[in-house]
Amino acid sequence: MRSYLDFEKPVAEIEAKVEELRSLALAGDAVAIEEEIARLEAKAALALKELYGSLTPWQKTQVARHPQRPHCLDYVKALITDFVALAGDRKFGDDAAIIGGFGRFAGESVCILGHEKGSSTESRIRHNFGMARPEGYRKAARLMEMADRFAIPVIALVDTAGAYPGIGAEERGQAEAIARSTDMCLALGVPNVAVILGEGGSGGAIATATANHVLMLEHAIYSVISPEGAASILWRDTSKAEEAATNMKITALDLARFGIIDGIIAEPLGGAHRDPAAAIAATGQAIGSALAELRPLDADGVRRQRHEKFLAIGKALA
Amino acid sequence: MNWLTNVVRPKIRGLLNRRETPENLWIKCPETGQLVFYKDVEANQFVIPVSNYHMRMGAIARLKSMFDGEHWTDVEVPEVAVDPLKFRDERRYSDRLKDARAKTGLADAVKVGFGKLDDLPVVIAVQDFDFMGGSLGMAAGEAVISGFAMALGKGTPFILFAASGGARMQEGILSLMQLPRTTVGVQRLREARLPYIVVLTNPTTGGVTASYGMLGDVHIAEPGALVGFAGPRVIEQTIREKLPEGFQKSEYLLDHGMVDMVVHRKNLRATLARLCRLLTRSPALPDVATLPVPYHHAASGV
Repeated sequence: MRSYLDFEKPVAEIEAKVEELRSLALAGDAVAIEEEIARLEAKAALALKELYGSLTPWQKTQVARHPQRPHCLDYVKALITDFVALAGDRKFGDDAAIIGGFGRFAGESVCILGHEKGSSTESRIRHNFGMARPEGYRKAARLMEMADRFAIPVIALVDTAGAYPGIGAEERGQAEAIARSTDMCLALGVPNVAVILGEGGSGGAIATATANHVLMLEHAIYSVISPEGAASILWRDTSKAEEAATNMKITALDLARFGIIDGIIAEPLGGAHRDPAAAIAATGQAIGSALAELRPLDADGVRRQRHEKFLAIGKALA
Repeated sequence: MNWLTNVVRPKIRGLLNRRETPENLWIKCPETGQLVFYKDVEANQFVIPVSNYHMRMGAIARLKSMFDGEHWTDVEVPEVAVDPLKFRDERRYSDRLKDARAKTGLADAVKVGFGKLDDLPVVIAVQDFDFMGGSLGMAAGEAVISGFAMALGKGTPFILFAASGGARMQEGILSLMQLPRTTVGVQRLREARLPYIVVLTNPTTGGVTASYGMLGDVHIAEPGALVGFAGPRVIEQTIREKLPEGFQKSEYLLDHGMVDMVVHRKNLRATLARLCRLLTRSPALPDVATLPVPYHHAASGV
């Protein structure tokens, strides 16, 4: 069953009719019904094209959080062979909100880090909805250090509302864990590529997204605070999330304009959830070309490129 | 908006405010409710006598309290884009900025100075909470980076006094980018083997702790300071329960291994001077005040 977002209602209605006709077609006058189905499908595609051609930032926020949007593990399954997941921060525990390990991307060894939101009630709870605790960031830092030592590039898939705000997380140094992970990203002598798959939520995202090459899916969002958080703090009114989403400039296009990301990965018509395989393949291609571009750089070069790139952010706007 | 509201009203307000300067006022200790004479508090480095409550300290006052002879050179900070998002919530961000500048006399939330601390050259950056909650935006980020660069150029230690609610939301993603940007500064100083000391003051949370605020070689916290990643209100809303007593306070951070020591403001200068001299292998000064020993774990009773 496809689940529709509120603003997708016109498309949902047409597609419901198509389904209805399909079941009729099985029973009777196939030819006339096939024609009608084709007509309706064209109409649905057009409606979808119009909707997705001009999504508002708030609508993009909903698409980025769509429950059927492909998540980190879907990408790993499709793009990485020989994947070996590793666990634990060697200090306290493991955190399934960030998965990590080594595998092959296009035949070559890579280190993979990714926020996993989960896809069923049970797995969402297991992955804590992609909101990591200190152990997640410490595991990420541990794996990056290892990748650096073995000269293996790092791919970070980012999809998180943010780091988890809880008593235990604070007790064990959430802020320090995030800072160290960002620190490790910047110190890497191997290339790293980050892709914002859905939500890039604040410090929780930057901890692994501080990369030589940062990509964003077309309808992903990347922000210093969630629209809901901004609404509650700046407007003191949670109903202002839509306004916050608009004013905070959180879409891929906005970030490309600010020079914060290096590329936008086009999504299939109607968003990545309509055709996950196509979205994942496009992402794989973009990662492949980013890694190829970075390959000529040596350890110093890759580090210098990253440092200079981040220091330059915002300079052109002055 | 017209001449009356733009020019006359702020001036009148300025006059009124001036008359209200708290110099001859009594203030209330936020902890005990005790009434104290403001001048006594000011003379005591903004620590309330008896209760020892550490009030917030402005950037200028802090720099004065640190540098020899209250003398330093301001470290220049490159200009940054102003209001890149053309942001407005209930008010325009550009108006909030104007107010903050008028209120504090600062260009933005971080002020950086170069001078001497017990005769040893150091660079000190201070985050001023009165400037939009000490929030980390492009200008503050640039100031911190300039501080690291100055320390690197002069070959001195870098001391940073943190006080911040976190990233400046009105600058959106550009404020988040200050986390990795300032971390580049930390790395460059580290590569040059120069000490970086963070003093965590009340309150320091969010993006600042999640970057340069928690990456010091030595972390010192002032007594009773609130330090953490998420603010207490956000945590309470998420987990829907009351937070334990003393949660995210300096002493709690010491217990959990996040800071090296909690130091009373009256001993802060001498402690910093001693650390800077030790870590740069500079000779001890003959006549430095003896410090109490705040370095041991509170619970161990040593």
